[in-house]
Amino acid sequence: MLRIPCPFCGTRDHSEFSYGGDASVEYPALEAPAEAWLEAVFQRDNIDGVQLETWQHLHGCRMWIVVERDTRSHEIHSVRPAHEGLASALAQSADPVNES
Amino acid sequence: MKPYSAWNVFRNGLSRQKGWERAWRDPEPKTEYDVVIVGAGLHGLASAYYLAKNHGITNVAVLDKGWLGSGNAGRNTTIVRSNYMMPGNREFYEHSLKLWENLSHELNYNVMFSQRAHVSLLHSPAARDGAARRYNTMRLTGADGELWDLPTLKRKIPHLNYSADSRFPIIGATVQPRAGTARHDAVAWGYARGADQRGVDIIQNCEVTGVERTANQVTGLKTSRGIIRGRKVGFAVAGNTSRLWRMAELGKLPIESHKLQAFVSEPLKPLLDQVVVFGVGGAHFYISQSDKGGMVFGGDLDWYKSYAQRGNLPIVQDVAECATSILPCLGRVRLLRHWAGVMDMSMDGSAFLCKTPLSNLYLNAGWNYGGFKASPASGWYFADLIANDRPDPVILNHALSRFERGINIDERGAGPDPKLHG
Ligand SMILES: Cc1cc2nc3c(=O)[nH]c(=O)nc-3n(C[C@H](O)[C@H](O)[C@H](O)COP(=O)(O)OP(=O)(O)OC[C@H]3O[C@@H](n4cnc5c(N)ncnc54)[C@H](O)[C@@H]3O)c2cc1C
Ligand SMILES: [Zn+2]
Repeated sequence: MLRIPCPFCGTRDHSEFSYGGDASVEYPALEAPAEAWLEAVFQRDNIDGVQLETWQHLHGCRMWIVVERDTRSHEIHSVRPAHEGLASALAQSADPVNES
Repeated sequence: MKPYSAWNVFRNGLSRQKGWERAWRDPEPKTEYDVVIVGAGLHGLASAYYLAKNHGITNVAVLDKGWLGSGNAGRNTTIVRSNYMMPGNREFYEHSLKLWENLSHELNYNVMFSQRAHVSLLHSPAARDGAARRYNTMRLTGADGELWDLPTLKRKIPHLNYSADSRFPIIGATVQPRAGTARHDAVAWGYARGADQRGVDIIQNCEVTGVERTANQVTGLKTSRGIIRGRKVGFAVAGNTSRLWRMAELGKLPIESHKLQAFVSEPLKPLLDQVVVFGVGGAHFYISQSDKGGMVFGGDLDWYKSYAQRGNLPIVQDVAECATSILPCLGRVRLLRHWAGVMDMSMDGSAFLCKTPLSNLYLNAGWNYGGFKASPASGWYFADLIANDRPDPVILNHALSRFERGINIDERGAGPDPKLHG
């Protein structure tokens, strides 16, 4: 079992989470040329090593998070909320787990 | 090389089994070949075999970082079928099934292909309508397909869970009678032996670590056993495709590597004559019984990207739940072993058999979890592509360019998310 430290709920089994995908993908502006969309939707680095990926704490706080994980060893290096606003709010609160 | 035959088995019985030769050589790599294929899985070995057999190209090497068949070739649940619907796929997989039907004779090697029927359970009238459409479309390409109503299914497989208050009551099944299973190792060994007999060098323990290239050509492969050059080069490395692609500095691919697990139970007396598939409401499960008696089964991917050939526990629970919900009689059967392989999951669930941005490099990848059944046809068309430098009409759309042209081959209609295909 992977154990993912959710920034809000604490460390939980990965079966509570749902896997999103490659977090390094940046979606282009709507009117961007087709090639930019082709790149974002279909083309992947598929890194064998440490990559950024999104997960959602589906059976917990339901927050989307960005996880830095090694695809060879499954070791998790860092976790942060995907939403910038949530990230800074959580960073300011001293004891996020007991915050309501 | 003497052919395998009943006579040879008898004769060697009299001479204490001392007369057998090794099945393939273990040659030192030459520095140059007409064709070098990276990856001695089923697809690489079959490609080498058909290059020699169909096209007379025998100055060929197949390189593998481990032993041949050490990847997904020897890790799959061995289901062979051709119940695909999309144009391109259905001709391809039906051609493959026809090759399977004669493979043991073709290779003079018993691959234990057992056409025991592939039975997909149905749980709703809507699913039955969808399946009827799929199977009728298949029949137009010459594949076989049947709908079994509930009484027929109960007669054929009496011990499924037919309880009316089960979460997803069974109402019938779609069936491909010519589908079945085969012994995966034997397929790898049979192709290896056949290719070797025709002059192909199979070089094991030879890892490709770098690709030398000019602007538009591969000039050599750096390997753990020195530089090896091929006038033409083919990649057939399944879950490791992106790694090789990066070595060739070709950028990104519409592929992600995910892992899939397989499970085998302790051996039982004959219990299940068919391959049974259970897929409804998020469940995904397939099961058959091996000749040794073990129940062989599997389910979904592990859901997160991985290059590690080891599986995780939630899927063990998942498949166990699926198993006991359709075959409650398995409740006290013990699991013997389980393992995982790294799958080359593509953006639309279909494969790539195509040319690449480099003029003498060819790509064989993106097999998702369907590449075992595909291996004969994959080798057949990949050899043809390499020999003639143009794709056969059947694989015309199995190219990397299909996404930019908007002609995705998405059997499931799941969209561009590799983990959702299978
Ligand atoms: C658990 C599981 C169940 C499956 N079930 C089914 C099924 O029921 N039916 C079905 O049709 N398909 C199934 N599949 C899919 C099928 O097994 C694969 O799609 C198919 O085997 C892939 O092709 P291959 O045999 O050529 O790959 P592999 O056997 O993986 O061959 C690739 C080879 O490339 C080598 N390689 C990698 N990198 C390098 C390098 N740098 N240098 C040299 N060599 C390298 C590897 O060592 C490996 O031997 C399943 C797969 C798994 C894992
Ligand atoms: Zn949480």
